[in-house]
Amino acid sequence: MSGHGKDETEGGQIHSGEEKGPPLKSGDEVLQIIKKGAEFTQELLKENERLRYRLVQAEEENFSLRKASLEGVSGDELSKLQNRLESLETEKKQILERFKRVEDENKDFANRYLEIENENNNLANLYIASYQLHSTLDFKEVLRIILEIIINLIGAEQFAVMMLDEKTHQLNAVASEGIEKEDVPPIFLGTGVIGNVAKTGESYFKEDLSHKGTIDPTDPIVCIPMTIKERVIGVIVIYSLLQQKDKFTNLDYELFTLLAGHTATAVFSSKLYSESERKLSTIQGFIDLLTK
Amino acid sequence: MARFRILVVEDSPTMRQLITFTLKRLKDVEIVEASDGVDGLKKISAGKFDIIFTDINMPIMDGLKLVSLVKNDPANKDIPIVVITTEGGQEDRDRALALGANSYITKPIQATSLLATATQLLKI
Repeated sequence: MSGHGKDETEGGQIHSGEEKGPPLKSGDEVLQIIKKGAEFTQELLKENERLRYRLVQAEEENFSLRKASLEGVSGDELSKLQNRLESLETEKKQILERFKRVEDENKDFANRYLEIENENNNLANLYIASYQLHSTLDFKEVLRIILEIIINLIGAEQFAVMMLDEKTHQLNAVASEGIEKEDVPPIFLGTGVIGNVAKTGESYFKEDLSHKGTIDPTDPIVCIPMTIKERVIGVIVIYSLLQQKDKFTNLDYELFTLLAGHTATAVFSSKLYSESERKLSTIQGFIDLLTK
Repeated sequence: MARFRILVVEDSPTMRQLITFTLKRLKDVEIVEASDGVDGLKKISAGKFDIIFTDINMPIMDGLKLVSLVKNDPANKDIPIVVITTEGGQEDRDRALALGANSYITKPIQATSLLATATQLLKI
């Protein structure tokens, strides 16, 4: 463009590169100059057009380059993010599964804890019953403890303890609660529910535990044999339960089992002890008489 | 010194042992035993208690009388009292509660309910 500068018009005068001074131009020359100017303008317009086109091209190029570059980067990042997302999803799934497993385990532990808690309570009751039964060698005291266990740990309201007389083969009430001893008739071995329990050594549990007001002393709801090995020395007969007690629990059955064995040994030992004490005092009396 | 002092008033040694054995599972407690209401009152006048468990049917002085005396004593009226009895009727429950008992447990007692009552009243 600068090459054309020499032929430019200045102040309405036309200067030529070859000419010196300001000689007047002829009409042809002026026409030539105008023609050249027109051509130059055309060229300028073309150049302008070309440059505009080039600019648009460059812009497009730039845009596509930027776009391509941007797309390339996003693609990588996206892929990385997708991978990360997948691994996080997997991790989340694993954590959820683990959480569920832990939750299940927790539930199991809670249930187990409750079971152990119950077991612990049952063992405490059994321990105390056993401890109390063997805490004395006094026959009356043993009977009182048996009554206490049956009232407080089992929840019986009317019941009796019957001992077997080995000479007469008869069961006689030696202690009772909620019913007079005299109201419990003697029962022969093998007779009725109570007699059969004493004969067979097998516990009896009536299905219907409901209380019907008056009781039949020969028709108990529970009858437990007091046994030493296989020898029955008496029975515990329950006629009714406390108002708030309507069924037996597992602990009750365990207590019945404990009562069957431990009451028998406690009663037997206390009886033996009483007898030996009595014999000892008799012998001591004789010795005193002989030595005086 | 224990954080909580518990008085167990019960004439039956078996029940007393069972209640004591169960309550000993609570943390930081001292348990004092009494065999009847009079014995219980003696123990109350000799020391401070945070809760009292008492049977109703006892010789010499029953549990209801003990509740009445404790709740009418300005020095001890705020001690929570839990009544333990074989009587499960609503009438007996109301009688004990009317005298000022804070809670009521029926025999045969369950260790869980005994512990729950104690923790609730002691605010453990």
